[in-house]
Amino acid sequence: MTENMTNILILLLLVIGTFFILSATIGVLRFPDVYTRLHASTKAATLGISGIMIGAFLFLNAEFQIVSGKLILGIIFVLLTAPISAHMIGRAAHHTGVKPWGRDQEAQDEYADDYRNQK
Amino acid sequence: MSLQIVLNVIIAFMWMFLSETYTFPSFFTGFLIGALLLFFLRRFIPDAFYLHRVWKMIRLVFLFIKELLLSNIDIVKWVYKPKQTYNPGIFALPTDLKTNWEITILTSLISLTPGTLSVAVSHTNDVIYIHAMDIYDNEEAINAIKDSFEKAIMEVTR
Repeated sequence: MTENMTNILILLLLVIGTFFILSATIGVLRFPDVYTRLHASTKAATLGISGIMIGAFLFLNAEFQIVSGKLILGIIFVLLTAPISAHMIGRAAHHTGVKPWGRDQEAQDEYADDYRNQK
Repeated sequence: MSLQIVLNVIIAFMWMFLSETYTFPSFFTGFLIGALLLFFLRRFIPDAFYLHRVWKMIRLVFLFIKELLLSNIDIVKWVYKPKQTYNPGIFALPTDLKTNWEITILTSLISLTPGTLSVAVSHTNDVIYIHAMDIYDNEEAINAIKDSFEKAIMEVTR
């Protein structure tokens, strides 16, 4: 009975993880510019990877009685690095002159205004 | 702060030697007893009780996980909406945090919360530029970040 329950739990975690990664991919395809695409790729991917890794952790624990610390460390490192890499990509895009996409009119961009005033 | 941690570890080792079992569980019991002693003697030791700050740190981690889950659900909603009605833009967030360490934590938290993504930090280290999925609720977003994250980070670092 408990074995069944853990199996269902592992299955659920893996399915949720893959679902979020799939959504991230679709988001990258659907959104209009760099910044909105970064939203999709950083946020949805972190939860997707966490789900898959926790699922793998539980599977290894239930099947082989291994407590795999590496998987937990992997989650922590993804959570630490994803926002920083997104920040750097966004900053680099802005410095090379990518304008944020706006609906109907030009998007509000206070960073560009302040940047111009400094010069 | 560091004095209290050293004291706590010393008490834990003393407990280990007194009970003559050199295992991790006995070290842990010793650590708990040390924490309890420090809690009862907190009036006679300089600085505030350090586990109080650890508790605040744990609270910050849980806040982070909660916001992460919410932001994921939010972004999935945006992805699957047939009509894309958002209106993105970049707004400036003035911050009271000073050190690089605090600002790094704040930008990471902002990047993983619903609808916002940090794009740049100004040269003077007092303004963070944030890309938002919906620019209309600008003031609201600033107030939310100021209330929840900045306060939580300040409680840990000051």
